[in-house]
Amino acid sequence: MNTDIAIAILATAITAGTPIMYAALGEILAERAGILNLGVEGMMLVGAVSGFILALHTSNPWAGLLLAMLAGGFMALIHAFLTITLKANQVVSGLALTLFGTGLAGYIGKSYVGIRLPESFRAVPVPVLSDIPIIGPVLFNHDPLVYISYFIVPALWFLVFRTRAGLNLRAVGENPAAADSVGINVFRTRYIYVIAGGMLAGIGGAYLSLHYVPVWVENMTAGRGWIAVALVIFATWNPANAIWGAYLFGGLDALGLRLQTLNVTVSPYFLKMLPYIFTVLVLILVTRRNMLSRRGSPKALGLPYDREER
Amino acid sequence: MKKVGKKTLWALVATLMAALMLAGCGGSGGEEDKQAGPGEEEKFKVAFVYITSAGDAGWTYAHDLGRLYLQDQLDWVDASEIVENVPENPADAEQVITQLAEQGNKVIFTTSFGYMDPTINVAQKYPDVTFVHCSGYKTADNVGAYFGRMYQARYLSGLVAGQATESNIIGYVGAHPIPEVIRGINAFTVGVRAANPDAVVKVVWTNSWFDPTVEKQSAEVLLDAGADVIAQHMDSPAPQQAAEERGKLGIGYNSDMRAQAPGAVMTSPMWEWGPYYVETVQAIKDGTFDPTPTAGSLTYWGGLKEGLVKISDYGPMVPEETKQLVEQEKARIISGEWDVFYGPLKDQNGEVKVAEGQKMTDDEMLAMDWFVEGVEGKITAPQF
Repeated sequence: MNTDIAIAILATAITAGTPIMYAALGEILAERAGILNLGVEGMMLVGAVSGFILALHTSNPWAGLLLAMLAGGFMALIHAFLTITLKANQVVSGLALTLFGTGLAGYIGKSYVGIRLPESFRAVPVPVLSDIPIIGPVLFNHDPLVYISYFIVPALWFLVFRTRAGLNLRAVGENPAAADSVGINVFRTRYIYVIAGGMLAGIGGAYLSLHYVPVWVENMTAGRGWIAVALVIFATWNPANAIWGAYLFGGLDALGLRLQTLNVTVSPYFLKMLPYIFTVLVLILVTRRNMLSRRGSPKALGLPYDREER
Repeated sequence: MKKVGKKTLWALVATLMAALMLAGCGGSGGEEDKQAGPGEEEKFKVAFVYITSAGDAGWTYAHDLGRLYLQDQLDWVDASEIVENVPENPADAEQVITQLAEQGNKVIFTTSFGYMDPTINVAQKYPDVTFVHCSGYKTADNVGAYFGRMYQARYLSGLVAGQATESNIIGYVGAHPIPEVIRGINAFTVGVRAANPDAVVKVVWTNSWFDPTVEKQSAEVLLDAGADVIAQHMDSPAPQQAAEERGKLGIGYNSDMRAQAPGAVMTSPMWEWGPYYVETVQAIKDGTFDPTPTAGSLTYWGGLKEGLVKISDYGPMVPEETKQLVEQEKARIISGEWDVFYGPLKDQNGEVKVAEGQKMTDDEMLAMDWFVEGVEGKITAPQF
C-alpha cells in the first residue's frame, strides 16, 4: 500500500510538473540569451487556447500542439520586438505580455468554454519499460508530451553547454558586446531564443488544454507561468536542473492533496509557499558560494543591447 | 535621454494595448441595438456584476443564463449591462458598482460574496437604486440578499451517488472550508447514507475556487483512495474527467457536466436564477420589493420548491429505481413535509447535533461548521 501511494505521488508529480517544465525550459533559453520574459503565463494561455481550438476543429491534438507552439512563438515575437529592437524595458514588456495574453486567450476562447475535446493526448504505456516495477508506472505510463520532454531536456542541455550554438547563446547573454565583436549576431540570436522560448511555453499551456484537463476554461494555467519563472532561478538557468525542480514543484501540490486522505494535515498555504522559498534558498546558496559567474544568472540579463553604446 | 523616452513610450503603448484588450473582453456587454432610440420609451435598466467572465461554465455562467432569461421574459427591461472579472476588494468593487448606479441602472445584481460590503456602501449613496446581493448576510432599505438552497439539490444527487457506489467510498472535491461548502457536503452525505447506510464520503480540499489542474489531482487522489463516485464543489469539469478516465462515475456541479464527461456524470446539481430575476425585477418596478430578511439573514433563500435549484437530466447509467427514489424525496422536500437537516443528525464523532423531531433553523444551516456522520475529512484549517 505504501509503495502504491509513493508511486501515485511520483507519477502525479511528473504530470503536474511537465507543463511547468516546458515553460521553464523556454524561459531558460530566453534568459540565457539575456532577455527576461515575464510573459510566460500569457504565452501559456494563448498556447492553450489556440491549441485547443485547432484540436477541436481538426480532431487532431498534434495539429493543436503545432498551433500552440506557433502562437506561443508569436507572443514571444512581440516581446522580442519590443525589447530587442525597440529596447523597451523587459520587465514592463513582459508584464504587459502576461496581461495581454490573459485577455486575448479569454477573448478568443469565449465561445469554446466547456466544450469537450473529442481527441486529446492520452496516456500510452511504453511496452516493456512500463512493466518494470516502480520505475515503470512512475516514468513510462504517461502521455506523449511527457516522453517528448524526456528527450528535450538532455537535448537542450547539450545544446546550451556542449555546442557552438550554445556557446554563442551564453556569450550573448553574458556579454553581448564581446559576442558582437567576434562576429556573433546578437540581435538574431536573441530573437531566435526568445521565440523558441515562447514556443516551449505554448507547449506548456497546450499540455493542460490538450491533455491534462482537455477543455478550455479561462485562466486555466492558474499561475503556473509564474512558478515557471521561479523555477528558472531554482534550476540556475540549467535545463538539466529544470526537470528535478519541475517534478519537485509539481509533486508538492500532489503531496498536499494526498496527505489529506491520509488524515495528515499540512497547511495548503505553506505548501504553496514552498516553491518560492526553495527558489530564494537556491539564490542564497549560489550567491554565497560565489558561483554566480559560473552557475548564476546571465550577466547581461535584462539589459538591452545597443551597438552604438559599445 | 531621448532614447529612454522612446523606450518608456513603447512600454506604455504595450501596456495600454494589453489594458485595452482586457477591457475589450472584460468590459460591459452593452449592445447598441438595446439602447433606447429617440422617441422610444426608455427601458428599465438592470446591471450585473460578475466575479469571473461569463465564460467560466460555472457560477457566473449560471447567473448569466439567468440574465438572458430575464432579458427574454421582460421586454421592458434592458439587462445588457454586465461587468465581468470584478475583483472583490472594496476599491474595485465599489468603483464598478458606483459607476453602474451613475449610469442610470435601476437594479444592480452583485453576484459574489465579497461584493457584500461594497454593495451596502454604495447603496447608501443611491437610495433610488435597488441592489440585490447574492450569498451574503447583510440587507438595507434598498439592498436585498438572495441565495439558493443548493443543499436540497445536493441531497438528491447524494441519493444517486449512494445507490451507484460499489466500493462504498465516495470522493468529494471541496473548494474552501466555509459554511456554504460544508452544508453542501453534509446534505450530499445525508443523501448518500439515506440510499446506502454503509457508504462514506471522503473530502479533499483544493483551497481554491478555481484551478482545473489541482481539481483533477484531487479527484485522482480520491480515486486512489478507493472512491468510485466523484462529487465536487468546484467550477471546472476536471474532477469528472478524472473519474471518466478511470471508468468511474461522478456528480457534477453548476452546469450540466455530462457535456464534458459523458461517461462519468450521472447528474449535476444546478442553479436556475432566471425566474427569480424576473420575479424580483418585476417586484422592484411595481414597488412591492421588500428586502427584509425572511430566511435567516437572507431576503430570499429559494430551493427546489421555488425552482431556484435543481438536478440536471440523468446520464444513461442511472437506473430507473434511483430516479424513482429521487422523485419521491424531491416531492417530500417540495411539499414541505421534510427537509434535509431534520433530526436525528449526528456529527462525525457520533454526537447527536439535531435530535429526533427537531430541525435546523435557517440561521443554523447558514452558519454550519461541522460535518455529519459519514463524512471522512477535516474542516479545521491545518496548523502545518
